[in-house]
Formats: sequence, C-alpha cells, structure tokens
Amino acid sequence: MQRRHVVQYGAAGVGAVALMLGFGWWRVDGPGAPKPASQRPLPLSAMEFRLTDHEGNEVGPGTVIGRPTMVFFGFTYCPDVCPTTLSDISGWLEDLGDEAAQMNVAFITVDPARDTVDAMAEYVGYFHPAIRGWTGPEDQIARAAEGFRASFERVPTEGGGYTMNHTASVFLFDAEGELVTMIDYHEPREFAVPKIRRALTEDVEGAT
Amino acid sequence: MVKKLRYTNALAVLLTVVGLSAPALAGSEDVVVENAWSRASIGVNRPGAAYMTVRNTGEDALTLTGLATPLAVMPQIHETKTNSDGVSSMAPAGEITIEPGQSVALEPGGLHAMLMKLQEPMIEGETFPLTLAFSDGGEVTVEVPILGIAARGPES
Ligand SMILES: [Cu+2]
Repeated sequence: MQRRHVVQYGAAGVGAVALMLGFGWWRVDGPGAPKPASQRPLPLSAMEFRLTDHEGNEVGPGTVIGRPTMVFFGFTYCPDVCPTTLSDISGWLEDLGDEAAQMNVAFITVDPARDTVDAMAEYVGYFHPAIRGWTGPEDQIARAAEGFRASFERVPTEGGGYTMNHTASVFLFDAEGELVTMIDYHEPREFAVPKIRRALTEDVEGAT
Repeated sequence: MVKKLRYTNALAVLLTVVGLSAPALAGSEDVVVENAWSRASIGVNRPGAAYMTVRNTGEDALTLTGLATPLAVMPQIHETKTNSDGVSSMAPAGEITIEPGQSVALEPGGLHAMLMKLQEPMIEGETFPLTLAFSDGGEVTVEVPILGIAARGPES
C-alpha cells in the first residue's frame, strides 16, 4: 500500500498552509477529478485508532463494524460547513426513521485542542441523537483521518484565532466496514438518503 | 486563456467581483435584504454565521464593502469553498458587487456573514441588527433572527 501524507498538520503542513493562505480562495475548483486508488478510504477493519466518544467511552473503528456507519470530520468552532452538514445528517436520519436506529453515526473532530469530550457532548446534543461525537489525542485523530484519506489543517485567522480546513464529505460504510460511497458536501440532499439506504442493505451482499 | 475563461465564469456565477472596476454606484436605498437568519451559538468563543439574500433593485451596480454589528467585534463576509478533493476552507470574500436587478445569496456552504469575537451569546428566538455597508457610503441595517443551532434555512 502506497502511503501518502494526506494529513497536513504541524511542521510538515507549513508549506501547504502558506500556499492555501495565499491562493486558497482564488482557486477555482473544477469538477471533481476521479480519485486515484490510494485516495480511497481504507475498510474500517484496516484502520487503527483509539478515540473517546462524547460520553467518555473508548471507541475506534472496531466499535462501529457490525452496523452500517456514517462518518464526518469537522470541529465545533466551525460556523458554516459543520453545523450545516450535521443538520443535513440529522435530516437524513429523520427521513430514514426507524432504519436510522440500525446505523452508527460518528462526528470526528479535527480540532481536539478545543473539542474536549465535554465540548463534543454539548455540541452533538443539538443534533440527531444517533450522532456520536469522537475526540482524542492529536496523533489518534491524525491516524483516523489517514485511514479515511481525509485531510485537515489548521489555518490562522485575522484576530489571532484559527480555523480548520477539512474534508467535508460524509463517508458511508456497510456493516462489514467496507466503504459504500461518499456523500459530497454540495450533493443535493435527495441523493443522500438513497445512498444511505444502499449502505443499509449492502451488508447482505458484502457478507463473506 | 482557458484558465481566464473559467475564472470569469466562476465570478459570474458567484456574482463575486473583487477588484474589478464597477460602474457608477446606485444608492443603497435600492438594496433589499431578504430571508436573513443565523444559528444560535454555544457561548461566545465560537464564531457565528448569518445568511441572507441581498438584492439590488436599482439601475446601477452596488458594491457591498463591509459589515457591522454590536453582536460581534469582527464581522466579515466570508466564503466557504469546497475543492475537488472534498476539502472545505473559508476565507474573507472581499468586496461583493451586485449588478442591477441581481441578487447575491449568502447561504450555507458559500458566502456568509462570519461573526467573529461575539460580544454575547446568540440565543435562539432573539434577533440582532446587522449593518451592511456599501461603497457609496450608504448603509442598510437588518434584524437577523437567531434560529436553533441545527437550523438549515430561514424557515427552520
Ligand atoms: Cu467564515
């Protein structure tokens, strides 16, 4: 397996951060190019990380294998993309009704310095009750992001604070922990629920 | 050339014209702000965001240059972009020119009024005044309703 440094954090990311600061919002993004195989998230069974959920339980990829799972990276100091996505996810779960009870939903923070267990607990409390908030040490967050081929980086803001750039796609896994699909940020909402239904039914086909 | 074309198209779509010369500016009495809303905050440490549609009903282009509100020390128009790798980032959007008869939407995942350094928590059910400043020196103040943290739009 070719290892790629998708996680740009700390010193290694300085160049990228500088570039992003300079040109980030000037860049006009074309239609998504097909992802090379190395960019495809690993199966959950091949990931290794240990985090803590918002109720203080130790969690990791093994915790969610056995049921279809939805994963989203973000942070609670995020004013736009994260509450929007968590509201979207909450809406999808409402649309699924009882079927939602068969799913795991994990919101993994990319900003553990501010997103403590308590902060996560308060924040996820405003969204659908199926959504679990996961946090933990930076190195474990980085390992998680690497497994999902997600990226994140800390970006200073005017006024001395910082924000986080991060992968905003929602990852969908079947009950075996195999990636079914990703729901991209700007995807129309009506496409999401059928994709989730596919993840809910795929466990039968995927069984070995 | 191709690159330039794509850039121009993107600008047309976003109605975001930064640093391009604008024709004579209309008065901001021609500005109509609709569907303003925001989400409640948890405390004051996290930035807030507000959304709305700004319509130019006049005959000349209008340039939105800045924001002011007693709610936040540093209100700023921001733009969220999501690249082809699915990575979202946020940055100041600069000035926004709205052509006559056109409107610009501040909506989740795109342009937003970023409310940095909140002076007080944003409480669901309350409202706050937000002033939009235009390059002709005119100002428009709107009362922005504060909805729940999980709100998805002006209706919810
Ligand atoms: Cu912002």
